[in-house]
Amino acid sequence: MTNAAPQPNSYRNQPDAQGHFGQFGGRYVAETLMPLVLDLEKHYRAAQADPAFQAQFDDLLEHYVGRPSPLYYAERLTEELRKDAPAGKGAQIWFKRDELNHTGAHKINNCIGQILLAMRMGKTRIIAETGAGQHGVATATVCARFGLPCVIYMGATDVARQQPNVFRMKLLGAEVIPVTSGAATLKDAMNEGLRDWVANVHDTFYIIGTAAGPHPYPELVRDFQSVIGKEARAQMLSRINRLPDLLVAAIGGGSNALGLFHPFLDDDVKMLGVEAAGYGLDGNEHAASLLGGFPGILHGNKTYLLQDEDGQITEGHSISAGLDYPGIGPEHAWLKDMGRVEYTAITDDEALDGFQLLCRTEGIIPALEPAHAIAAVAKIARDMDRDQIILANLCGRGDKDIFTVAEKLGVEM
Amino acid sequence: MTRLANAFPADRAALVCFVTAGDPDAASTPAILDALVEGGADVIELGMPFTDPMADGPAIQAANLRSLAAGTKTADILQIATGFRSRHPDVPLVLMGYANPMTRRGPEWFADAAAAAGVDGVICVDIPVEEDASLGPALRAKGIAPIRLATPTTDAARLPAVLDGAGGFLYYVSVAGITGKQQAVQASIEEAVARLKASTDLPIAVGFGVRTPEQAAAIARVADGVVVGSAIVDIVAQHGANSSGPVRDYIRSLSSAIATARQTTNA
Ligand SMILES: Cc1ncc(COP(=O)(O)O)c(C=O)c1O
Repeated sequence: MTNAAPQPNSYRNQPDAQGHFGQFGGRYVAETLMPLVLDLEKHYRAAQADPAFQAQFDDLLEHYVGRPSPLYYAERLTEELRKDAPAGKGAQIWFKRDELNHTGAHKINNCIGQILLAMRMGKTRIIAETGAGQHGVATATVCARFGLPCVIYMGATDVARQQPNVFRMKLLGAEVIPVTSGAATLKDAMNEGLRDWVANVHDTFYIIGTAAGPHPYPELVRDFQSVIGKEARAQMLSRINRLPDLLVAAIGGGSNALGLFHPFLDDDVKMLGVEAAGYGLDGNEHAASLLGGFPGILHGNKTYLLQDEDGQITEGHSISAGLDYPGIGPEHAWLKDMGRVEYTAITDDEALDGFQLLCRTEGIIPALEPAHAIAAVAKIARDMDRDQIILANLCGRGDKDIFTVAEKLGVEM
Repeated sequence: MTRLANAFPADRAALVCFVTAGDPDAASTPAILDALVEGGADVIELGMPFTDPMADGPAIQAANLRSLAAGTKTADILQIATGFRSRHPDVPLVLMGYANPMTRRGPEWFADAAAAAGVDGVICVDIPVEEDASLGPALRAKGIAPIRLATPTTDAARLPAVLDGAGGFLYYVSVAGITGKQQAVQASIEEAVARLKASTDLPIAVGFGVRTPEQAAAIARVADGVVVGSAIVDIVAQHGANSSGPVRDYIRSLSSAIATARQTTNA
């Protein structure tokens, strides 16, 4: 059961040469950026073909990031959920422990790959956008590691709710620029990142933090994050000699989910992506672009977007800053339309329950993003048989979120 | 499209003027457009506001947000265009904006509506030639010119692709950056215009960062058109619903500088 090369009808051979995933994806950028985006693709193809690039990536992931991350059977959580499951029900719950990575989330996998690419291209300045601050911290980290100046754009709202990460970025030597336009969250930070890039194309590399943006970003971010799913697949086979029945991951832009899902796309494994339902999908206060949005064009790609009937982008809401984005990576839009991956959404309150459930049953404080995945797992596990296996991506640890959670729980710190 | 072709006279550069539709509100825009024409504008670029104007600097970003905050809808913009066309049957009108508002109801819907409103051309900032299929064919089918952008990063190898399927005029963005920032040095503009002219018969209009009559005249000596945007938007930001007078005076200062620009050098 090794993971063979994709066949012609594989779900793993997207995008096409133009960067399209079916009708989604593409390169919707200003002409100034277009030559750069083409150049990036050229360099990425060369890097893919260069064993030295892959070797350096693997070496840094092992010795700097701390990979492979463990695959963990969550025995007490499994038992807890079986308590009120029907007889014979209550699937086994496993986690891919990417919260144990250096910097505490999956974001660093992608940053290592992109900064190596930036240096290959001779770029000397790094910029990035960040929502929760995890991608900002990961970017600032790799910039410190390789000695490159780093500018992080972060919505002013997020700066306020993610103070610990703002301080981390500054300690790591990054300049953090609060963005006040729009709702001052991730989308606005991304606009500002693109504005910086267009004005500094000669020396600047933009490390995009999720599997979105103009081609080839969705593809290369997915490829760098696929280390999650490749490891998990091999670990499952060596530990219990079978593949899981269901994969579950939280979705902001979709990078941790694709990283887990992609290596399994041609296997007989079901997949569930979990969007943020905020205060509920019936209102406008959510960040579920696939379940509550429509196809459109933003930030360089065509994908599902939260928008009004005139194509104006609407402001989402999620308790989790990392999920608070009105779009989604184009490959998810395609996987949804193909019916290969199912998508659901979890509210703020449900995510808070999932957060506390994992703390109490497993001694793991998750980030609010994977808390959405945990809440979804808790709902589904009781309907699955006991011998079935759910593998969820524990893509970040919760240290950054304790202030938000304390406030929601009415605890003063 | 003939309106656009006639807008670039042989003996002087055309003045291309940008304002954001619905800034400060949809009711104020018609008088501002009239002021542009009275001041001597040859082509009007009517900006369609978008929540996420990624290629724009602070001035035009703020104009977009003012317009949307005032409740401007796509229907209002089309109505502004329709009214302009009936008052000014000969002045070319171009819609400029971002892909999502233009394609939300489908490219054919947008092309139909724009054609019915008397629009001559469309500039879509974030649809490069690689994604032309998303809008270009629908526009061309309705006789609307897809106006393309060339930039300092558009090299000789790429230029033919950018020109393929282009119409109206070629908009040379003289600075790699967002709108409203520094103007490029004159020598680089001259060199770029010469390079572009060697590749196309379309008129070349140059913009980004043009503010003063002197800057406009300098560009008018070498290019077929001068594009001014943020400077006009700044006047609207300052004067709001009473912008017509100041806009007219400002445009007049530009158009008279452009009118004599080539005589000054040839004399
Ligand atoms: C821990 C964590 N998980 C998930 C996300 C969402 O991003 P993505 O969907 O790309 O994995 C973020 C974003 O900041 C994050 O910090």
